[in-house]
Amino acid sequence: MSLSLDDVQRLALLARIAISQEEAEAALGQLNDIFTLIEQLQAADTRGVEPMSHAQDVSQRLRVDEATEEDSHVRFQQVAPQVEADLYLVPKVIE
Amino acid sequence: MLNQGISELGAALRERKVSSRELAQQFLQQAQRLNSQLNAFISLDPEKTLAEADAADRRLAQGESHALLGIPIAHKDVFCTEGWLSTCGSRMLANFRSPYDAHVIERFKAAGAVNLGKTNMDEFAMGSSNENSYFGPVKNPWDQRAVPGGSSGGSACAVAARMTPAATGTDTGGSIRLPASLCGVTGIKPTYGVVSRYGMIAYASSLDQGGPLGKSARDVALLLNTMAGFDARDSTSLERPADDYTRALDRPIAGLKVGLPKEYFGEGLGSDVRAAVEQALTELRRSGCEPVEISLPNTPLCVPAYYVLAPAEASSNLARFDGVRYGYRTPHYADLKEMYQRTRAEGFGVEVKRRILIGAYVLSHGYYDAYYLKAQKVRRLIAQDFALAFKQCDVILGPTSPTVAFDLGSKNQDPVQMYLTDIYTIAVNLAGLPGMSVPCGFGDKGRPVGLQIIGNYFSEARMLNLAHRFQQLTDWHTRAPDALV
Repeated sequence: MSLSLDDVQRLALLARIAISQEEAEAALGQLNDIFTLIEQLQAADTRGVEPMSHAQDVSQRLRVDEATEEDSHVRFQQVAPQVEADLYLVPKVIE
Repeated sequence: MLNQGISELGAALRERKVSSRELAQQFLQQAQRLNSQLNAFISLDPEKTLAEADAADRRLAQGESHALLGIPIAHKDVFCTEGWLSTCGSRMLANFRSPYDAHVIERFKAAGAVNLGKTNMDEFAMGSSNENSYFGPVKNPWDQRAVPGGSSGGSACAVAARMTPAATGTDTGGSIRLPASLCGVTGIKPTYGVVSRYGMIAYASSLDQGGPLGKSARDVALLLNTMAGFDARDSTSLERPADDYTRALDRPIAGLKVGLPKEYFGEGLGSDVRAAVEQALTELRRSGCEPVEISLPNTPLCVPAYYVLAPAEASSNLARFDGVRYGYRTPHYADLKEMYQRTRAEGFGVEVKRRILIGAYVLSHGYYDAYYLKAQKVRRLIAQDFALAFKQCDVILGPTSPTVAFDLGSKNQDPVQMYLTDIYTIAVNLAGLPGMSVPCGFGDKGRPVGLQIIGNYFSEARMLNLAHRFQQLTDWHTRAPDALV
């Protein structure tokens, strides 16, 4: 398989990364080289093999449903780009 | 002082031959002297470092004793460190002063170790050469035309150039072992789940694992004693009784069965690296280790599987960098979508964007089964290769890297060539096994060679035992670049 320039633009849109025409063209060749490498996987016989998503065969730990975190919003919001009245500010999304 | 191991430095501190402040000053001086050439540190903050050293001196004066109390340690800039810049090598976090400590940092603080500074790295730990840092490449201290390896290149360089006694790193596909190998230092990536990932800025969460780099197996064992341990804030942290990784260092190694994967000694292995590794194997055979030929037949599929799984996880993990809660926000935007798009276009470097795009693709509708699920199945086959191999041997040995350090700029325009640098290290992460690299000689242009030791799950003490014994038979780990030290 190989990607087209449109595919690169679509992926960049999905990933919310602005990309210029030149950047997309530069990325295209390299991504196709990488997908050629990845294609080697198709040759492996994986019939009946369980997908492995995690290195250790452990189950999710559960805990009592109670609040354990203290309120740290002041400390955390100090590193935010824009905050007002304890709220993170973003451009208006609803007119 | 700069060449001494942590045990000797610790003894000197406890016997009051030197104070923690004096020790920190000596290493800071070396770090400041060399950093303009080597670029190993992103942040040095002598005021903070010396305040921590003074606190350690007070604890020492009260008779407290811990192996790392008063010892300076540098931290890879992937670890969130309260009050320190924690940039992850990215413009996205270039001004991010962390409001909290990673679990690893908490543990070092509790032990009384002194934070010497934050080391340079490939952006978001994505890279094999440390050329992907927003803060510029790190140079190899043995030959400044060469890369130090990545992504923990700053940490390996700082240890090799004696700018710090030891450092922390992280390893997702070889990022501790590769730079340790190319810079001639010792580094270990423990079994997945041994070191908490809390506060360790995520790249590929099912593969990321923290670990130490130092001058010797003994030093990294001491660091691992502090770094390892259960932490409820990391859902993959393992609840296990605390281990003492120094407990088996001196055990005899006669009779130890060492597996030699034929795939790690085939085509593509540099003749200089092969010669150094074979010399190491000869030494070990003389000490009674028994070589066993083994096979890891799915080795050629490791890099392809990794470059599906790691980018998939990265594209999801890095979605959090949106210019809203922390980090960089573009000054130029008209609406929310444009803010996201330009923030991420300007905040991320080329390699990070490339991996996000790969991840977005392999997870997208219609390709998930063909790529992501397929790669997860191949991951299982790779793990099964190791399970079979460990029925025949106690540890696996081979080269860490197919070549010695390559020249700066020689591979960074060709991602596939760069990715193949990790051919011998990536399988360990996919399987979740522990792996380490120890210096075993020098190859072309006098650049260091590393011997990789791969162990079964939770066999770190055994691997460190073999590494320590090897370091008693050889003096490669004591060598330092003459011009700098």
